[in-house]
Amino acid sequence: MESRHLLQPSDFSIAEINDMLRLAKRIIQNPIAYSEVCKGKVLASLFYEPSTRTKFSFDTAMLRLGGQVIGFSDPTTSSTAKGETVADSALTISKYADIIVVRHPKEGTARLMSKHAECPVINAGDGGHMHPTQTLTDLLTIVSYKPEIKDLTVGVCGDLKFGRTIHSLVTCLARFENIRFVFISPDELKMPVYVKDELNKMGVEYTETSSLDESIGSLDILYMSRVQRERFISEEDYLRLKDYFILTKEKMKHAKEDMIVMHPLPRVNEIATEVDSDPRAVYFHQVKYGMYVRMALIMTLLGIKDPLCE
Amino acid sequence: MINVSKLKKGIVIDHITAGKGYKIFRQLNLDELDAVVVLMRNVDSAKKGKKDLIKIETDLQINFDVLALIDPGVTVTYVLDGEKVKKVKLTPPNEVIDILSCKNPRCITNQEHIEHVHFRLVNAEKKLYACEFCDAQTSL
Ligand SMILES: [Zn+2]
Repeated sequence: MESRHLLQPSDFSIAEINDMLRLAKRIIQNPIAYSEVCKGKVLASLFYEPSTRTKFSFDTAMLRLGGQVIGFSDPTTSSTAKGETVADSALTISKYADIIVVRHPKEGTARLMSKHAECPVINAGDGGHMHPTQTLTDLLTIVSYKPEIKDLTVGVCGDLKFGRTIHSLVTCLARFENIRFVFISPDELKMPVYVKDELNKMGVEYTETSSLDESIGSLDILYMSRVQRERFISEEDYLRLKDYFILTKEKMKHAKEDMIVMHPLPRVNEIATEVDSDPRAVYFHQVKYGMYVRMALIMTLLGIKDPLCE
Repeated sequence: MINVSKLKKGIVIDHITAGKGYKIFRQLNLDELDAVVVLMRNVDSAKKGKKDLIKIETDLQINFDVLALIDPGVTVTYVLDGEKVKKVKLTPPNEVIDILSCKNPRCITNQEHIEHVHFRLVNAEKKLYACEFCDAQTSL
């Protein structure tokens, strides 16, 4: 049987994503009921570049499902140090693991592994290319505060030009019903044409502005992003743009009562710490949702039935 | 003007955008043929001002995908007994394998040798193709 993979968000239909989010919510409500569903299964967690946060999230997800984890978080200790190709590693590891999670600095590595592995492969980040479980985490966060992903105005603020995970979140959200976007960024960091082209093709409404103050009142969701130093050629440009948008208590006064503020973390200074105590600030909860959505994903890809839905 | 004898049997690739003739010559590996091959550059053209032109004096399986990728405006004419027998119109293929390589230095295809990488057409006008692994766009 051909294995199912998650390499990019579009590998799953909206109906499948909704099913997975519902499963994640059931797990949150009754984690004990799921604590042995993956008993006897092994997850191989292959981190060719370190990302402690993401690795912990996947490993804990598998352990909480009753499964076990093998892998590495430092490629210098693995067989790649002996020169084995990623393609060969995928095949050999899939001989003893039931599911593979891979993070790699090169773009397209997860797809390459999925072609050679004899088990499901999850992309845990391939360079700046795709990071689909971050997108799923964002979606689970949204449905934990909003009745469903529908009829929402989503503001995306900060570095919209280089943030590939933001592009994949936007193009994924755009597939849901009646989602509108407000892109808030300085001119230098505007949403790239390829994303806007896609939205135009789908008939999705969006506006672009450089004012967070003026647009915050219309939003149901505000997604803040990091402005990363390494994206800039000159230090001057970076310093000028880094503080362009900082979310403060003052700005939050103009936001709706039920707006939520999201951020992929870690933050630099895009959100003033004074905002953390605002109940609309949900970014620290996202970490928890990340683990639950990965539990639902692992179950889905392994074809494990929900014990509560039999 | 150099006089090139009229072709008896073979293929004429005409209306090549001036300057692209050599690239086509190379990509079709015409230097490996034993037959007579003529590459003419910067020929006066009523339509295009200047053009390149290639004559090949043998029948040959031409890789039309390569041609379409480099210069889709060319006309390919097959000649038999000095008569034009077939004209081929080119369209850029929807998928290309083994012709392009990914130019994205961060792509896994540039770290590990991968056979038969697929590229899908994303912009017919600009002849842009996206790598199946990293989605970066490239052209020939
Ligand atoms: Zn590539």
